[in-house]
Amino acid sequence: MTNNSRQQTCIFEAAHLDLTFQTNDGPIHALKDVNLTVDKGEFVSFIGPSGCGKTTFLRCIAALETPTGGTLTVNGMTPDEARRNRAYGYVFQAAGLYPWRTIAKNIKLPLEIMGYSTAEQDERVRSVLELVDLEGFGGKFPWQLSGGMQQRASIARALAFDADILLMDEPFGALDEIVRDHLNEQLLALWARTEKTIGFVTHSIPEAVYLSTKIVVMSPRPGRITDVIDSPLPKERPLDIRDTPEFIEVAHRVREGLRAGHADDE
Amino acid sequence: MMSDGFKAIWAVLTVLAVIVVLWYAACIPMNIKGVLTEQERAGAEVQPTSAKDRRDMSEFGLVLNNSFAIPATWEQDRPRLPAPHQVAIEIWETTVQKKITSKRSLIYHGWVTLSATMLGFVIGTGLGILLAVGIVHSRVMDLSVMPWAIVSQTIPIIALAPMIIVVLYSVGIQGIIPKAVISAYLSFFPVVVGMVKGLRSPDAMQLDLLRTYSASRSQGFWKLRLPASMPYLFTSLKIGIAASLVGAIVGELPTGAVAGLGARLLAGSYYGQTVQIWSALFAAAILAACLVGLLGLVERTVLKRMGMAQ
Repeated sequence: MTNNSRQQTCIFEAAHLDLTFQTNDGPIHALKDVNLTVDKGEFVSFIGPSGCGKTTFLRCIAALETPTGGTLTVNGMTPDEARRNRAYGYVFQAAGLYPWRTIAKNIKLPLEIMGYSTAEQDERVRSVLELVDLEGFGGKFPWQLSGGMQQRASIARALAFDADILLMDEPFGALDEIVRDHLNEQLLALWARTEKTIGFVTHSIPEAVYLSTKIVVMSPRPGRITDVIDSPLPKERPLDIRDTPEFIEVAHRVREGLRAGHADDE
Repeated sequence: MMSDGFKAIWAVLTVLAVIVVLWYAACIPMNIKGVLTEQERAGAEVQPTSAKDRRDMSEFGLVLNNSFAIPATWEQDRPRLPAPHQVAIEIWETTVQKKITSKRSLIYHGWVTLSATMLGFVIGTGLGILLAVGIVHSRVMDLSVMPWAIVSQTIPIIALAPMIIVVLYSVGIQGIIPKAVISAYLSFFPVVVGMVKGLRSPDAMQLDLLRTYSASRSQGFWKLRLPASMPYLFTSLKIGIAASLVGAIVGELPTGAVAGLGARLLAGSYYGQTVQIWSALFAAAILAACLVGLLGLVERTVLKRMGMAQ
C-alpha cells in the first residue's frame, strides 16, 4: 500500500545511474553513480559547471541518451516508454521555432504529429498562448518576435500536449538578465497553475534558488551529484524574496556545494 | 540626391557602355586584314600594296597605315568579329521581322532549344530530388550514389553527348528526348548537392525535438527536412536550369540537328556566318537570363509565402 502510493508520487527515480561515452581519447564518464528521487509536482533544478552532466541527465530522462548502467524510471516507466507515452515536454536552450511556421502553427507541430483534431489543436493553441502571455501573437512569424517572446512560444509548444512533466535545458541561458527575471516569475506562476513537475537545467545560482523546491548540485569528471537541497522557501515567491536571509542561506549552500565539487579537481 | 535604383541602373549602363566601346575597338584589328583585301579589290590605295607584305605585318601596324579603312571594319559581310550593331540588327531581323514559323526565326530555334531544356530540367530536378532524399535517408545510398554523381560530372559533356545520342538512336529514340537526357544529365547534379545539404540542414536540436515527440521519419521529412531545404533547392534550381540550357545546346551540336540554337551555331560556323553565331550566342544568354530571373521570382514568392523571406 505504501509502496503503491510512493510509486504514484515519484516522478523520476535514478539509482546508481552511469553513462560513459566512448571517444577516441578514451571513455568519458558523463554520469557516475547518480541517485535521485523527485516527487510529483516538484520544481527541481540541476546546477553545476559545464561538463558536470546536468544536461546529460536531463537528456537521459527524455530518452535522448541511453544510460550505460543503473536504473532510471520516469513516471514508473522506462524513459523510452515515457517518451512514447508523451510524458514530457522538452524546452531547449534555443527556441528552435520553425521559421516557415507562424507561432500558432509552431505550437501545433507536436499536436499534428500526435494526431490531434483540428478543433482540438486550435483550442489548445489558444489556451497555451494565454498561459505564456502571448495572446494575439499566434499569426506572427518567429522573426517578428523578440528572443524572450520566442522562448515563451517554445515553452507554449512544450505545454501544448499537456504532459505531466516539463524538462527545460537552460531555456533562458541566451537571454539578458531583465528578460530572464521576468520569465522566471512567469514560469513560477505557470508552474503553480499547471501543477506540473519541472526539471530545469541552469548554471545560475540565483535562478536555481529562486525557482526550485529541490536543487541538485552537480560536479564534473566524473559527472555526479554532490548535494541535494530541499528548499525551505515558501511556494509564493515574489522577486524580492531574493533579498531575504533564507534565500541567501540556500544560495550560500549551493555555492559551497559547487566549490566542494571543484576542490576535487585540484 | 540620386535614388538607389537610379544609381544601380547608372552602374549597369556604365559597364555596358565600356563593354560596347571595347568591343568596337577589338573589331578594328580583328577585321583589318579582310577589310584591306576587299578595299584593294574595290580600287582603294592600301599600304603596303602587296598582299604578302600585309600578311607579315601586325594588325596594329596595318591599322596605323590605313586609318581610312577603320569604319569598314564595322560593316563587313563576314567579319571575323562582327560589331555590336551588326549582331543587334541580325537579332532584330531574325526575331521581330520573321514569322516564328520561319526556319530563319531565332524565336523558332530558341523555342526548339527551350522545350528540350525544360523537359531536361524537369527530369533532372525530379531525379536530383529523388536521389537526394535517398542519400539523406539511406547510408548505403550515401556511400554508393554520391561518388558516382560526382564522377558523372567530371566527364566532358562534349565527349559524352554523341555517345548518348548514338546509344539512344540505336534503340529507336530520337528527337527531343536525347537532348533532354543530356540536359538532365547536367542539371541533376546541382540539385542533388543542394538538396542533400538542404535536407541535412536541420541541426541536432531540431532533430532531438522531433524525437521527444516520437515523430516518425516521414513526419520528420515532411514537417522539418523538406521545408528547411527550400532555400537550398531554389539556389540549386537556378544553377540547374542554366546547366540544362547548356546541355540542350550541346545536344544539338553532334546530331547535325536542323533546328535549335545549337544547330544555328553549327550552321553559322560551317558557312562562316559569324554574325549568325554571335546572335545565336546572345539569344542563348538572354534565354538563360530570363529562365534564371523567372526562377528568382518564383523563389521570392514561395519563400515569402512560407514566411522565410522578410
